[in-house]
Amino acid sequence: MLHAHYSETRGASGQIELLLTGRWTLRALAERGAADAAWQDRLRELGRRDAVNWNCLDIEALDSVGALLLWRCWGRKLPELLLMRPEHLHIFERIAAADGEPAAVVLPRSPFEGLIVLGAGVLAVIRQLRDFVALLGLLALDLLHLLRHPIDLPGREISANIYKSGVRAMPVTALVGLLIGIALSYLSSLQLRQFGADMFIVNLLGLSIIRELGPVLVAVLVAGRSGSAMTAQLGVMRVTEEIDALATMGVSSSLRLVLPKVVALAVVTPLLVLWATALALLGGMLAAELQLGIGIGYFLETLPKAVPVVNLWIGLVKGVVFGLAIALIACHFGLRVKPNTESLSANTTAAVVTAITVVIFIDAVFAVALRGVGVPKL
Amino acid sequence: MTSAAPVIAIDDLSTRLGGVWIHRHLNLEIAAGEMVALVGGSGSGKTTLLRQMIGLLTPTQGTIRLFGEPLFGGGVARERALRQRFGVLFQQGALFSALNVFDNIAFPLRELRCFDATTIRDLVMLKLEMVELLPQHALLLPAELSGGMVKRVALARSLALEPELLLLDEPTAGLDPDRSAGFVRLIRRLGDELGLTVLLVTHDVATLAALTTKVAVLAEQHILAYGMLDTVRQFDHPFVRKFFYPLS
Repeated sequence: MLHAHYSETRGASGQIELLLTGRWTLRALAERGAADAAWQDRLRELGRRDAVNWNCLDIEALDSVGALLLWRCWGRKLPELLLMRPEHLHIFERIAAADGEPAAVVLPRSPFEGLIVLGAGVLAVIRQLRDFVALLGLLALDLLHLLRHPIDLPGREISANIYKSGVRAMPVTALVGLLIGIALSYLSSLQLRQFGADMFIVNLLGLSIIRELGPVLVAVLVAGRSGSAMTAQLGVMRVTEEIDALATMGVSSSLRLVLPKVVALAVVTPLLVLWATALALLGGMLAAELQLGIGIGYFLETLPKAVPVVNLWIGLVKGVVFGLAIALIACHFGLRVKPNTESLSANTTAAVVTAITVVIFIDAVFAVALRGVGVPKL
Repeated sequence: MTSAAPVIAIDDLSTRLGGVWIHRHLNLEIAAGEMVALVGGSGSGKTTLLRQMIGLLTPTQGTIRLFGEPLFGGGVARERALRQRFGVLFQQGALFSALNVFDNIAFPLRELRCFDATTIRDLVMLKLEMVELLPQHALLLPAELSGGMVKRVALARSLALEPELLLLDEPTAGLDPDRSAGFVRLIRRLGDELGLTVLLVTHDVATLAALTTKVAVLAEQHILAYGMLDTVRQFDHPFVRKFFYPLS
């Protein structure tokens, strides 16, 4: 392939005769590359001069990249002395037409930039809260509708969601619960043994796992696993206009898509809490047996005395509340997805992060509100 | 130079997908400067053939050569250089939804890493002008564009690297007759101006008549007829009759 090439000859009257040959195309110029800066600089310098005769008749191929290079050398106009084939000249007509475009508008920076950003942030949060309340209202209306028309209950969807976010989550919650139980038990037993308080491993594990760790651990797993899936699903349905299609068929998207998810997580999360708590206690028991020699029989016998049963109820209620919060937040962000990939990923991230933060916040509220309940006095 | 070789040469191609033969012993050659329409019934494997030509699918048997060179092998640099010689307009446009119009068109240019920001800006504005869009459209996101504009932006993007071959998948699908006629005129004009070889897959007889120099009919797993529109129209086969004379 012949590269873009030019040769200078000095005419009789001191004029420079410039002969351009070869391929002035994107590929040829890209191969020549930026390495040949001097070559381009000389061309630019010639472009600034008046007494140059540009002979472009022998150019083999010219595309818009090559033409643009010349156009810029010439200072965005055709030179006075130019020989060129008409089909090549046509490209310059096009460039001239596209030229003189206003540069991209750059807004002047306001001195109150910081204030504007802050205000926009506050307004965005208010808008989010308003949308969230609107979603709650829609769900309340759906529940009223269901009371009057129980036949509309989306039973299949609820059941499918229970299976997807409950049954399919059992292996991972079991594994995580078991491992946390073992880790906690090992670490605590090392400390307790120093004080000769081996027996208190039952109180420690029982209270912390049943009341605190089980619900929070499951909530974090559910938010990462099912919450993100819900946001992504609703988001893609927004992108592909499936939600609009549902609306035109007279099917309420909140009733058919949001409510089943909320109900399913409210049902499933406490059950997963129970499951994960049981396995964490099992892990703790095994580790206590190995590390401290506390028998499983003794552990099971002491557990009900050390940990009042009200703690289990607190854990389960937390599970319900966490499940509700995760599903509502996931659906809220899912319905906010705009039809592009960036918005989908941003909203999925926001859903998981918000859900986990809110879960921990609610947990703190529970801890303060119920500080006098279920803690055995010795 | 490779200008003597046909731009697209498909030799004895067979494709088997999901246990079914889609193509058997299919041959097709397209010379430089031609505008060829590939027509065929639904499920006859038109899009599969197009995806094989652009290297998204590999044929079960047979070879496809573009510009006289095989699509695969010879290292990443050679494959990339070959792929830069053709542009593809996908049926839905396939614009990057997170980037605005300007960045969509600038993307292939930036990937070359040969041009500075001003050159890229000028080139993008030129491409926008070529597909008859206004400079203020450059800042819109794909979701804010109408169907016809999406096609125009996608066309501008496929032309960004100055290809020699343009492959179009259903270029007028989803456009109203008026828009589709306008888009066809645009493709025809750009094809003539830039000296492109064009291959398009289409259902639309009006597009075909306005745009193409040759028609290839894909049926019964191979190219049934290939030639000038008037010649192909006379070909005696149930599919050809139904396609060109649907009401008779």
